Amino acid sequence: MVPLSWYIVLSAVVFSIGVIGFLTRRNLIIAFISIELMLNSVNISLVAFSHYLQSIKGQIMVFLVIAVAAAEAVVGLAILIALFRNKPTVNVDEINLLKG
Amino acid sequence: MPGTYIPINYLPVLIILIAATLIGLAPLLIGIILRPRRPYPAKLSPYESGIPPVGEPRERFSVKFYIIAMLFVVFDVEAVFLYPWAVAYDKIGLYSFIEMMIFIYILLVGYIYAWGKGAIEWE
Amino acid sequence: MILSDFNLLSIRVLVPEIILICSALIILLLNLVVKRKETLAFTGLVGTLVSAYSSFKLYALSLSGSEFMGMFAFDGYSIFFKFIFYINIVLTIFISIRYISIEMASFGEYYALLLFATSGMMIMASATDLMVIYLGLELMALSTYILTGILRKQVRSGEAAIKYFLLGAFSSAFLLYGISLTYGLTGTTNLKEIAVAMETLNLLGSPVFLLGLIFFIVAFGFKIALVPFHMWAPDAYEGAPTSITAFMSVGPKAAGFAVLGRVFFEAFGSMHVQWSSILIPLSVLTMLVGSVTAIAQTNIKRMLAYSSIAHAGYALLGIITGTSEGLSSMMNYMLIYAFMNIGAFAVVIMLRSEGFMGEELSDYEGLAKTRPVASSLMLIFMFSLTGIPPTAGFIAKFYIFMSAINAGYTYLVIIAVIFSAVSAFFYLRVVMYMYMKEPKAEVVLSTSTAMNIALTVTVVSTLVIGVFPSALIELARMSLSGF
Repeated sequence: MVPLSWYIVLSAVVFSIGVIGFLTRRNLIIAFISIELMLNSVNISLVAFSHYLQSIKGQIMVFLVIAVAAAEAVVGLAILIALFRNKPTVNVDEINLLKG
Repeated sequence: MPGTYIPINYLPVLIILIAATLIGLAPLLIGIILRPRRPYPAKLSPYESGIPPVGEPRERFSVKFYIIAMLFVVFDVEAVFLYPWAVAYDKIGLYSFIEMMIFIYILLVGYIYAWGKGAIEWE
Repeated sequence: MILSDFNLLSIRVLVPEIILICSALIILLLNLVVKRKETLAFTGLVGTLVSAYSSFKLYALSLSGSEFMGMFAFDGYSIFFKFIFYINIVLTIFISIRYISIEMASFGEYYALLLFATSGMMIMASATDLMVIYLGLELMALSTYILTGILRKQVRSGEAAIKYFLLGAFSSAFLLYGISLTYGLTGTTNLKEIAVAMETLNLLGSPVFLLGLIFFIVAFGFKIALVPFHMWAPDAYEGAPTSITAFMSVGPKAAGFAVLGRVFFEAFGSMHVQWSSILIPLSVLTMLVGSVTAIAQTNIKRMLAYSSIAHAGYALLGIITGTSEGLSSMMNYMLIYAFMNIGAFAVVIMLRSEGFMGEELSDYEGLAKTRPVASSLMLIFMFSLTGIPPTAGFIAKFYIFMSAINAGYTYLVIIAVIFSAVSAFFYLRVVMYMYMKEPKAEVVLSTSTAMNIALTVTVVSTLVIGVFPSALIELARMSLSGF
């Protein structure tokens, strides 16, 4: 059996890739993908913990996370398309009407 | 014991992976080494059934595809909950049946809403 | 697995949420057939009132403890917050009706999403399980993202929505990671069981557990706009339709505080030293950045956004104390904040009329001469936000500072008082613009009966709570019994 720590390290690495991707890339679509990556890294660790602890709760949680992630992706894309219709860009730096 | 563990059962998989990669790469490499290289423009242009290529391959898709894709993603993923429910159905009985019906009716309202808004009409 | 917990009777604690969600679904369906969108606002209002009534009835049954295998609590704490959310949504619907017809965004979805967001907040307030907290939070957040971007024709609205969405989704991923770490260490997501597991497994000094805690602070810090997780707030508040700005400056913030209070007091109670030492610098920073940056703003929505960041800093003091007195004064703060902040935004909305934004500070010049009633209302709300007696804002700050002093955080209170004084500068600047300057042009106010009701309710509550605070203080204290 693969030890738990391997999964945890994998999940931490994937999560970090997601964080770094979100913070450094200037493309909104990439930012979306990075967020999905972060959510899925959590799924890895949840399933691993669930198996290791022999408790079903983690796996249930994964179902919920998948469903929420899908909803989140849909809402995000919808907002993006609505924005794109007014302002055809996916570059973060060009979305600068509000000065924050 | 963590740290000293070697997944010996997966060794054949690793061997297969390496072998498959090598077998896939070998003809390409051999071809590159053996074949003569005499490029000219007509040879380098992409082949499209003998017709000269027209336009960029990366075309824009109509936004209609996105709307359909969004609907698909949501309804597809929500269906995930039906599987565990179906498996555990005989253990949790009526209560779960009512809950699942509520869930499905909420989805149904969403479907009717999308339909009424014309989201799934193509033209 | 305990199957006996699955009984139909336990559904009764969910009745308020079910009613809200059902009315939201009805609105969605009605939206397809009804042309007059005011009907939908009315449906939403009725649904909220029925739901509030059912909450009240359930409270009268004096249920306590949690249902659904300890995932969903029905106690005084959650009821108190639920009533903040009811007040929030009712006032928001009242101030929206006229406004969104001016913005030409009379979507029926608007009201349905308001109801969905509110039910998400209610689930957050009741949740005693990290899984349920996450679901409630996402239900609230996803609805608010869409509401922020609902003015599809305006670039500004879409931009605000995309910023809010990206940072919100980012923070909820952190929340999830924190949940998964906590789950891995304790084997449970239930708040009470986490507290128990912490004792039995001796996790107090575990660095991984601390990491999970930090992730929780990051995630909730985003939701309640603590510095340095506040970057989304000014943009989202400015770009969103003003009624939604009012809604989301109160609702999600109160829900975030509700969860913060429950998670930190119930699950991480024994780690008070650790989390308070993280929260103290955050709270000081939040007060600093909120109060100081607000001075530089010329757009009143942005100014109120920074003011709402500063207020999160003050309210955080109640959490930092770690005492039930602090918690109850935080609850008071949220309720009072709901009234005064929505009131202030209601005045901002009144200034919006066809072809006139009314969002710049200069638009308020000389308003007292042309519109004395509106400007006197704004005066009261600005005094209240500053914390000048006899308004409710003073009571809110007074009790939260007192609880912090009683818990031994006198230096924090001194800092907070200093920043309160700083914040007087920009609140009173609005007053000065209205009363001391000459009017530039005639300002048309877009009033309606609903708007008048909302303004009356907010101003009366602000003044009455300011003069007779004891009933509210007692209510908050009482609702904490059995927490």
